[in-house]
Order: sequence, then structure tokens, then C-alpha cells
Amino acid sequence: MSVTAAIDVRGMTKRFGRLTAVDHIDLEVQAGEICGFLGPNGSGKTTFIRMLCGLLRADAGSGTCLGYDVIRESEQIKRRVGYMTQRFSFYEDLSIEENLDFVARMYAIPDRRNAVAASLERLGLAGRRSQLAGTLSGGWKQRLALAACMIHEPKLLLLDEPTAGVDPKARRDFWEEIHQLAAAGLTCLIATHYMDEAERCHRLAYIGYGKLLTQGTVSEVVAQANLTTWEVTGPRLMDLAQRLRSVPGVRQAVPFGNALHVSGDDAALLDRNTQPFRVAPYTWQSAESSLEDVFIHLMDPLSDNARA
Amino acid sequence: MARLAAMLVKEFTQMRRDRLTFGMMLGIPLMQLVLFGFVINADPKHLATGVVLADRGPQARTVLHAICNSGYFDFVRLLENEAEAEAVLLGGEVQFVVNIPANFSRDLLRGERPALLVEADATDPAATGNALNTLRVLAEKALEHDLKGPLAALGGSDGPIELRIHPRYNPEAITQYNIIPGLMGVILTMTMILITGLAITRERERGTMENLLSMPTRPLEVLIGKIIPYILIGYIQVAVILAAGYYLFGVPIAGSVSLLLIAAFVFIVANLAMGITFSTIARNQLQAMQMAFFVFLPSILLSGFMFPFRGMPVWAQYLGEILPLTHFLRLVRGIMLKGIGVTEVMQGLWPIGLFGVVALAIAAKRFRRTLD
Ligand SMILES: Nc1ncnc2c1ncn2[C@@H]1O[C@H](COP(=O)(O)OP(=O)(O)OP(=O)(O)O)[C@@H](O)[C@H]1O
Ligand SMILES: [Mg+2]
Repeated sequence: MSVTAAIDVRGMTKRFGRLTAVDHIDLEVQAGEICGFLGPNGSGKTTFIRMLCGLLRADAGSGTCLGYDVIRESEQIKRRVGYMTQRFSFYEDLSIEENLDFVARMYAIPDRRNAVAASLERLGLAGRRSQLAGTLSGGWKQRLALAACMIHEPKLLLLDEPTAGVDPKARRDFWEEIHQLAAAGLTCLIATHYMDEAERCHRLAYIGYGKLLTQGTVSEVVAQANLTTWEVTGPRLMDLAQRLRSVPGVRQAVPFGNALHVSGDDAALLDRNTQPFRVAPYTWQSAESSLEDVFIHLMDPLSDNARA
Repeated sequence: MARLAAMLVKEFTQMRRDRLTFGMMLGIPLMQLVLFGFVINADPKHLATGVVLADRGPQARTVLHAICNSGYFDFVRLLENEAEAEAVLLGGEVQFVVNIPANFSRDLLRGERPALLVEADATDPAATGNALNTLRVLAEKALEHDLKGPLAALGGSDGPIELRIHPRYNPEAITQYNIIPGLMGVILTMTMILITGLAITRERERGTMENLLSMPTRPLEVLIGKIIPYILIGYIQVAVILAAGYYLFGVPIAGSVSLLLIAAFVFIVANLAMGITFSTIARNQLQAMQMAFFVFLPSILLSGFMFPFRGMPVWAQYLGEILPLTHFLRLVRGIMLKGIGVTEVMQGLWPIGLFGVVALAIAAKRFRRTLD
């Protein structure tokens, strides 16, 4: 166990009745690291994050979060963690400023007024400080929530899809800020469905059906998947995709812009079985497997991971 | 048609999901049936009565027997003197005090028409009305048997004894004097329980609970933080009712206003605590409202607000004693009409305080720090 690990948990498990939403997940995230948390809908990301900050009681598991026992010391953890919920959960009948002020008081921030003012400034909402939070647009609500969970300068950010519905410019600003904060020692666990965001993380953890399927840097994750991908161009690619999908060895054939990505985890088999399709008017080119190829592969109910 | 069907199917499905609501729909009418059918009694009998017996002659005994046999009066205390009579009447321990003066029998036999003094706690005119009417008839008939033969002349045209009834605290039997102070308790019960009843369920329903719980809060901080603002609202209500009662309806304020405000504080907090307890049990705001309603009914019917408390069967009285409103009604009527002091107020106040503490403890225990 490393001393600098911000999150170091083993065997975290949560059951809802007969459903095991999180199934023995081990996760270690070093201080200052940005860890992307990925997985299909309903795979248990939110549930796992809620267990980390003491919002759900784990059925099994142990470990530490910021050095505090993740099961017993959730009070201490809550003080030092910024958690952004997936669903907007601030008071819609309070203004932006009042919401921030409430949070600042909750964390007993010494220089509350300045902290709120600085947060409004950074958010770019100083001019609309007295607008009711409920009347904000979806993306702005998201940005308010983000600002609020950082107001007490947490050591660890647990962000559950923080940029869902946020415009590209604001997303870029957000990632820039996250990287700056990480450089200063802040640790982030960010649940996201965006591939471009996943690629901006130092490390990735991918879960499916409550189990941790793969983790590592982007290139490690891609390498571990051991996926061979071909990029096909030509006319009527959808027809080709339809035919390719029934070919043994082809795990997926998905359109990417004007090209088709054909991939499989057995390179030789894929190569052999796709020979008949490598004729004019199609051009086949070997391509790097993208992160998305890997994730879609992991999600594929036929892949070994999902069946495990 | 298809769209109507769509709505119907949806509504029925949602109704089926919410078992508690369904249960309340059956439970509330049942409760009303029981309360109105078995408990409510507009002709209360067996009212607690104290006796000051300064004469133990046979005629005195005859009179007492007759009073007892009427069914309206239950002799529960033998009192030493007037001072003690005053105290138990003030404390609400008895509804009536029957005073048989010294030399009652002797004076009776001498034909001097001795006085039979009956003091009544008339704060609630409905509770004493029938009993006092019966007494008037009794006084004449009671001695018919004793005064036969040569003594018959004593019966005279005026009757053998002089009945002196003192309706205390509300001598003119003005119903408003009783209703308005009671209304203060009822209004506080209704609003205070409801307002905090919705407090936590609202956070849950709007999804803000997840955020609140992710911050470093303690259950008691949340609960008390939700109670305190409404104490103020409660006080505003008290002030309005008190002012309206005094200036509009002329209800006297015999006792100390500050004592009333202290009693109101404990009562308000107890109700807020009860509301917040419901809030920690109910899953949504509708359920919380129904729970509140489930308390309103017995509070109004069993507390002595609408119907005389002492007219109810004993089991219903025990139930009523649990309700904070029952105790508060006695306090507020006692302070405003009787002018009771600190000692009497404290006697009625501790059950309310205890109720509040227990409710808050349950709420703190039930308050879930987690989402599951
Ligand atoms: N309170 C609950 N009661 C019962 N089941 C639950 C509860 N909360 C979550 N689940 C189930 O647990 C599983 C994991 O849910 P979770 O919200 O953690 O998924 P997620 O990875 O965050 O999905 P998404 O990407 O859609 O946000 C789902 O199957 C969900 O239905
Ligand atoms: Mg989620």
C-alpha cells in the first residue's frame, strides 16, 4: 500500500437486493492523478463513487480514502472531498450565490465571502449571482455544481459526469483547470462517457456489470485489449458492415465518419476471414485501435469480459 | 379514449406502488368511525368531583349519595378545606367541588335551608352544563325520602336546601372563551407538524438530499436547523390568535402572558419534532402529509378541544393523554381563563416536553446518513 495513494480500496461491493451493483472492485489512485472512471450505463459508477464518500454503506470492502478508513471515517472523508452528483442536487429555489454561500458555510470556510466571490468570478457567473439556480440552463447548472463542490478546496474530487451537457469551450476550460489543480496535488476521479475526456485522464478504470474490467493509462488499456483494427473506406459501407458482423473473428464493424472500423481480438482469425471482403471498391488499411473501439469491445456482450 | 386509458393505467399503477397512501385511505375513515362512534360523548358523565365535608350528619350523606347516583359526579377526593378545593379546581384535577358546610344536617332539620355549595370549573361550558342542570333537580328530590311525616313541611316551596352554584373561570358560559385558547393549540398542531413533516421528504424528493449528505453534517444539525426557523412562525401564530382573542372576542387573559409564551415554546417544539419524525419515516411528501393527518384527527377529537375530555371512555382518555395538544389545551385555557401559575403550568408542561424529546430522539435515530 502506497502512502501517497488518495484512493486505495479493495473488494468494494454493494448489493441492491439480488442485484450486485458493484462487485469487489479494487481501485488505487495516486495523489495528483486524474483517473477516468468509465463504463456503460448502469455499470455501477455512481454507486461506487457514493460508497467512497460514505453516501452508501458498502456491503463488503475496505481501504482508505485520503488516508481515512473508507468505511468508518466517512465524516473525515466528507470534509476533504468534493462530490459532484450526477443529477443536479442544489437548491433550485436559492440563487447561485446563496447556494455557494450555503456550501461554504457547511464546510466552515474561514473567509467565506471571498471564497464565494472568487468562485462566482471563476465560474463567470458574477453578473448573475442572484439568479435562481432552478432557472439556469442545464449546462450552467452543471457548472454551478462543479464550482460548488470545489469551493472548500478539497483534496479529492469525485465527479459524476461533470461535463454532461456542457458546451465544448466550457469543457475545455474545465479540463484545463482540473489539470492545473492536479499538478498542485489534487486527485480526481471522474466518471464520464466521453472518449475525448477519457483520453485526457492520466489513468482509466473501466467497469462493466459492477466489475473492474481493465485499468491503466490510455495506451495500456488499448494494448491490454489486444484489439486489431482495420479501417475500411469505400461505397455503401453499411451494407458491408452488416455482412462483416456475421463473420467469425469480427467483433465489431462500426462506422467512423466516412470509414468503417472493423476489429477483433484474434488478429490471425480476423485477417483470414476478412480476406474475401478485401476487394475493390473497398480499401482496407490497418489502423490504431482507438479507445472507443476498445470500450465498445468491452461492452460487447459476446466479449469474455462481459460474460465473466 | 386511448389517452384516457393511458392516464388511468398510469394512475392505478402509481397508486398500487404507494402502499402507505392506500392504507391511509382505508385507515382514516376507520379511525373516524371509531372516534365518532365510540368516543365522542356530548353528555359527559362521571366527572371528577371533590368534596369538602364539614358535616357528617345523615342528611349530608343522603345528599351526597343522591349526587353520586345521578351518574354525573364521581367523588374522587375528600378535601380538607376551601383552600384545598381551590387548588384542585385550579389544577384541573376535579371538575366540581361539592361543599357541605358545617351544621348542614342540624340546620336542615331546623328548617333553616342550609346552603349546598357547588363550585364548577366552567372553562368548558359543554362539560358542566348537563351536570349542573341535574343538580338543580337533585337538590329538591334528594331529601324527599328523609323528610317525611312531621318533617315534610321543611320541603316547603323553596326546597329544603339552598343550592349555590359557582361556575368558576367562565361564569357566563361563553363558548368562545373556551374555543379560542383551544384554537391556538389546534392551529399550532396543524401547521407545525405539517411544515416540518415535509422538510426532509422534500429534500429527498428534489434530490438535494444526496448533496446535503455528502457534506459534513450531523443528523441533529440538520434536524434542529430545520426546526428553529418554524418556531418563529409558531410564535407569530400565537401572537395573532392571542391578539384576536383578546381584542376581537374579549377572551380574558387571567394569567401571565410570558408563562403562556413559555408553554407555547415547548408545545411548538414538540409538534415540530413530531413533524420531523414523520419526515424521516415517510418516503415522500404525500406520505408525510397523510401521517400528519393521522395525528390531526385524534388531536382534535381526543384532546378536549371539540368534546369534553372527561366525557370520553377511559381508554380514549389514556390515548388523549399521549397527545401534546391535550396538555397544551389545559395549559392555555388554564393560563388564560383560570390564571394558573408556574407550579400548575409545570405539571402540564413536562409531558409535552417529554414528547418532544422522544420525538426528536426517534428522528435523530431514523435520520439516515446514507442514501440506502
Ligand atoms: N437505490 C437503488 N436501488 C436499487 N438498485 C439501484 C439503486 N441504485 C442503483 N441501482 C442499480 O445499480 C446499478 C448501478 O447503478 P449506477 O447508478 O451505479 O450506474 P452508473 O454506472 O452510474 O450508470 P450511468 O452511467 O447511467 O450513470 C444499476 O443497475 C441500478 O439500477
Ligand atoms: Mg451514474
